[in-house]
Amino acid sequence: MDRREFLKAGLFSLGMFIPGTQGWAYSNGKQNGGHKLVVVFLRGAIDGLNVVAPYGDERYYQIRQSIAIPRPGSEGSLLDLDGYFGLNPALQPLLPLWQNKQLAFVHASGSPDETRSHFDAQDYMESGVPGVKSISTGWLNRLLTQLPDNQSPIRAINVGPTLPRILEGPATVGMASGALNGNARPINLPENSPLMQMYGNRSDALGAAFRNGVDAQNQIAGDLNNGDSAGGGDDRMMRASKGAPSPVAFPNFGAKIAKLTHDPSVQVAFVALGGWDTHINQGASKGQLANKLTGLGKGLAEMVKAMGSDFENTTILVMSEFGRTAKENGNGGTDHGHGNVMWVLGGAVNGGKVYGRFSSLADRDLHESRDLPVTTDFRTVLSSVISEHLELSSKSLAQVFPEFTARERLALLT
Amino acid sequence: MNKAITYSMAAVLLTATTCSLAGSCQSPSAFTGQAAINTVNATRQSAEDQKILHLLNRMTFGATPEDIALVKNIGIDEYIRQQLDPRSIPQNQDLNQMVADLPVISGDPMNLMMTYSRQVLMEKAKSDGAQDKEAIQKQIGKTYQGLHQQMLMAKLRRNIESPRQLEEVMTDFWYNHFNVAANKGAMDRFLCGSFEQQAIRPYALGNFRDLLEATAHHPAMLFYLDNWQNTAPNSAGSRGKLKGINENYARELMELHTLGVDGGYTQHDVVALAHILTGLGFAPPKAVALGRVQPGVFGSYFDRNRHDFGDKVLLGRTIKGNGESEIEQALDMLAMHPSTAHHISYQLAQYFVSDNPPEALVNRLSQTYLHTGGNIKAVMNELLHSPEFWDSKNVAVKYKSPYRYAVSVVRTSGAQITDYKKLAGFVASLGQPIYGCLTPDGYKNTQEAWLNPDGLLKRIAFAANVARGGLGQVPDNELNRVEASVAPLLGKKTTTALASAREPQKAGLMLGSPEFMTY
Repeated sequence: MDRREFLKAGLFSLGMFIPGTQGWAYSNGKQNGGHKLVVVFLRGAIDGLNVVAPYGDERYYQIRQSIAIPRPGSEGSLLDLDGYFGLNPALQPLLPLWQNKQLAFVHASGSPDETRSHFDAQDYMESGVPGVKSISTGWLNRLLTQLPDNQSPIRAINVGPTLPRILEGPATVGMASGALNGNARPINLPENSPLMQMYGNRSDALGAAFRNGVDAQNQIAGDLNNGDSAGGGDDRMMRASKGAPSPVAFPNFGAKIAKLTHDPSVQVAFVALGGWDTHINQGASKGQLANKLTGLGKGLAEMVKAMGSDFENTTILVMSEFGRTAKENGNGGTDHGHGNVMWVLGGAVNGGKVYGRFSSLADRDLHESRDLPVTTDFRTVLSSVISEHLELSSKSLAQVFPEFTARERLALLT
Repeated sequence: MNKAITYSMAAVLLTATTCSLAGSCQSPSAFTGQAAINTVNATRQSAEDQKILHLLNRMTFGATPEDIALVKNIGIDEYIRQQLDPRSIPQNQDLNQMVADLPVISGDPMNLMMTYSRQVLMEKAKSDGAQDKEAIQKQIGKTYQGLHQQMLMAKLRRNIESPRQLEEVMTDFWYNHFNVAANKGAMDRFLCGSFEQQAIRPYALGNFRDLLEATAHHPAMLFYLDNWQNTAPNSAGSRGKLKGINENYARELMELHTLGVDGGYTQHDVVALAHILTGLGFAPPKAVALGRVQPGVFGSYFDRNRHDFGDKVLLGRTIKGNGESEIEQALDMLAMHPSTAHHISYQLAQYFVSDNPPEALVNRLSQTYLHTGGNIKAVMNELLHSPEFWDSKNVAVKYKSPYRYAVSVVRTSGAQITDYKKLAGFVASLGQPIYGCLTPDGYKNTQEAWLNPDGLLKRIAFAANVARGGLGQVPDNELNRVEASVAPLLGKKTTTALASAREPQKAGLMLGSPEFMTY
């Protein structure tokens, strides 16, 4: 009996479901021995220049008078990374990872498309084909089609109530939304029950959604009920929703993801966190952005901690649709910009280093004299992670990112 | 016999629908004699029922037996005519009373700002004896939550109960088009309902230019997209946080409200429009209370001291710098731009006809939009009578959004909701909180956006819960009601499944059936 059949059979016998056990996944597993990718998407365009701030550039303080974070060494100041860049102090929980060389940043990275529309930019970053609107699938789903198919309904886990663009496509995605408030329960549906008769054999999208839903809920219920609870309920997350709660509203996102990805059949996981569109009153060491970063940093650190040894085989990517203006605007905030910083965390990451080509914040070095330029295509970063971490061939990589060839190798992983 | 068949020929298209929906279809030629006539008449009858249900499911928030009887009585064309002219339909007096009793919906926005702005509430909390910061915050939060619940209840009740259903549907459509999120900050926590009532509802079947004018001047929008802070740099009124350009509203006004993202504008146009909009905000409640500032429409306020009086070039046309009238010129240009006509027509056709609306229909609607100067009623009239709207391949192909699904379950079952909070909570748990779309693009209206395994299971459970009275008492004839509104659409698998179900389960199963997920 293969895994899928086992699950199907499990559906019909109440309480018989046994959570995934090591060893079933990746029967053809040499290609990647249980390696996982977690993508955290920050919707609304986070201000990367205040996440990894170039305190070594005097201009940073000139053009961000009310929002710049003080140089390392004083109260509420940046945490020094490499003598030029400093980490936002709200991200203190991540500093040990940097010191262990398990956290890297790629600065001045992003999409080559110049749109400053949140929606287009997110669309392009999720489809992985900037500037082309006709592509309906997301790169994370296309990645699944290139990984060994373990037949699980939760090869990909989306943490949130609606399927994001990045996971649209042919491969099945498990939705962990009921799971978030800790009430995921297995479903018991006899084959002759009216619902199974109505939906079970339908060949259309509704039938498929129904079957996947039943399979996934059973498996997620098993995973989450395995061991102790990963924290309290998340009613607040639901309220702030649209699939992108702020990390303040969803503080235990990290622990939840760690728990779900512990299932060996999970290959990729995705969560979107919102609230980064800081046009007004962004704050500096304290304030709006710092509050949200505190939640994000804490959640990520918890995720790593809860993963335990799984972290060795996991890469966590943190990305956002574009950066924000280098200069602060007239309202103590920043407007839509271009280049940003991508974060890469993982047991095998070549960390403790800020990658990318970062010149300066002088007007001549800025995109349209206002934004950080994009000197590293986000797909270069993703290609590096995917080829080195998930050991994908260049042929497979071309399926994930059509019309793109990385011009450089970043060697982000050991 | 010949007569009967000829009679039924008009419904050939619809019979095709019957086939695809029912999963079984036999051609009339397979029958002979009286049996054939009966079959043909029955088919004609069921085709007519399906036509009425298609119309009602698209024009309302869910068909009810009362609606079906009404359309059968007055005919499809007359029903469309009445719904397009909502004032010709007597309003439900309970709803009128409810609205009148809720100042947060019907009150003047300036008064709302003067009553509920954070500063005012803070002072009130202090005078009420709140001691520390925490107690003050708690009292303010409680006030806002109470107002929010009133807004949710009012929207749900009107969408469920109003006989002017198309007005409700169009109000929902336009609110989403000009989306404002209640969770942006204090202002929008008490202004969303007023925004809908004052800036959207009166124009939902009116003129698009009026909608644009109203939304541009309502404080809910001015706050949500930050334009109240948009200030000409170095202008006389520039001070504190109000000292620079904020592009947010200007960008979304073109990208989302009018031209559409591919509507042919550039970053230069965004900047130019932002400069045109400098100084447009709302009247500060305190200054109004002291008589220092005279508020404009909805409590808006144009601050000449923060306006950029230079000339601007918008979409290739020079707009002379002369103050508030620049904004009117810009809105005129945007409202009647061919890209806007196309964008609005596409959105309407996607909402009412198909996720991928036929290009020919969109083009015809655009033409009507332009010829009539942006008359929404004229565009909707064309849409509802278009062959594309009635084409069998566009029938029952839309997947309901969580909101539409929830409201349709309530309408069709006849459940008397007592706990609106619970109903709103269900919709939120499916990712579509009411007045809670954080981003200005509003919720999507496609199957792609809403069909997912987890959501589908939650809907099925919700249907069963409502049907057994979990959200409020259901009428004794619930099953008959549901059957009248759903049975003609059910396919063979569902009918077979229902035959084996226990009687008390049937209404819930029908409301949770695949056929009821679509419309």
